[in-house]
Amino acid sequence: MSSTGANLVPAETELIQRACQGDKEAFYCLVQPCERGVFTAAMSILNNAHDAEEVAQEAVLKALTALPRFRGECKFSTWLIQITINEARLKLRRDHRHLYESLDEQQTDGEGEYFPKDFADWRDIPSETLQRKELREALKRALDSLPPKYREVLILRDVQHLSIQETAQVLGVTEGNVKTRLLRARLQMRDALTPGIDGSWSTGKQEFEKVRPW
Amino acid sequence: MRVIEISCLEVWREISNYLDGEVDAELRARMEAHFKACGHCKAVVDGTRNVVKLVGDGIEYQVPEGFSKRLYAKIKGK
Repeated sequence: MSSTGANLVPAETELIQRACQGDKEAFYCLVQPCERGVFTAAMSILNNAHDAEEVAQEAVLKALTALPRFRGECKFSTWLIQITINEARLKLRRDHRHLYESLDEQQTDGEGEYFPKDFADWRDIPSETLQRKELREALKRALDSLPPKYREVLILRDVQHLSIQETAQVLGVTEGNVKTRLLRARLQMRDALTPGIDGSWSTGKQEFEKVRPW
Repeated sequence: MRVIEISCLEVWREISNYLDGEVDAELRARMEAHFKACGHCKAVVDGTRNVVKLVGDGIEYQVPEGFSKRLYAKIKGK
């Protein structure tokens, strides 16, 4: 590991050096702040908590082995998430699920343009509504319904708040791809959620009104 | 500044970049002028902003209970 890695904070550099010398506690200190990010990255591809945890553990152990080769070209967390994404994809292949995923992709999601399907007005969400069970369930269903390549971009950008550049790096795609997929993912999510806004998860007041072009 | 009109189609293509602050000042001004005049595109941008807000708290992706402990055990056992 280079001690001059521009993306590392001094504390990280020290922990990495100690971890490279076999200090497991130091390695855990390094990994702990990234735990959620690692799990979420695995979930974005596998969409199953049990598989995601298994992959997260494999990725962390792989990172431990590969740590002496980490040069600090990116943040440690980005590097770890990149390893996790690769491990999650390997697991998909191992489980032969890619056959089905790629079939789905061919049928439903080329890189073609996506246009909004519903023009229902959806104003700002009141904060108490954010916690409503129906809304959270609808959100989960909408996330599950996204094709994997859109879901992974949406999760990395909007859940984990990675930058466009970091998202492109961990997924091994261009920044242009990230922007295109993110647009598609967000519009599809909006379309999936919008039919429910007629009042089903508003608090009884007439907060939303349908505005249809026909 | 004179704002040149923009079509709904162009607005939809840039909505995500607009929300991320990834459009230049001129395009931003054109889009904002469009939102004032077009209820449909305003609905789309408001709804898309809500999606970003909703997904952003990550409630759907909480780590399972005991995750950290099990991970620690794996590291120690390696």
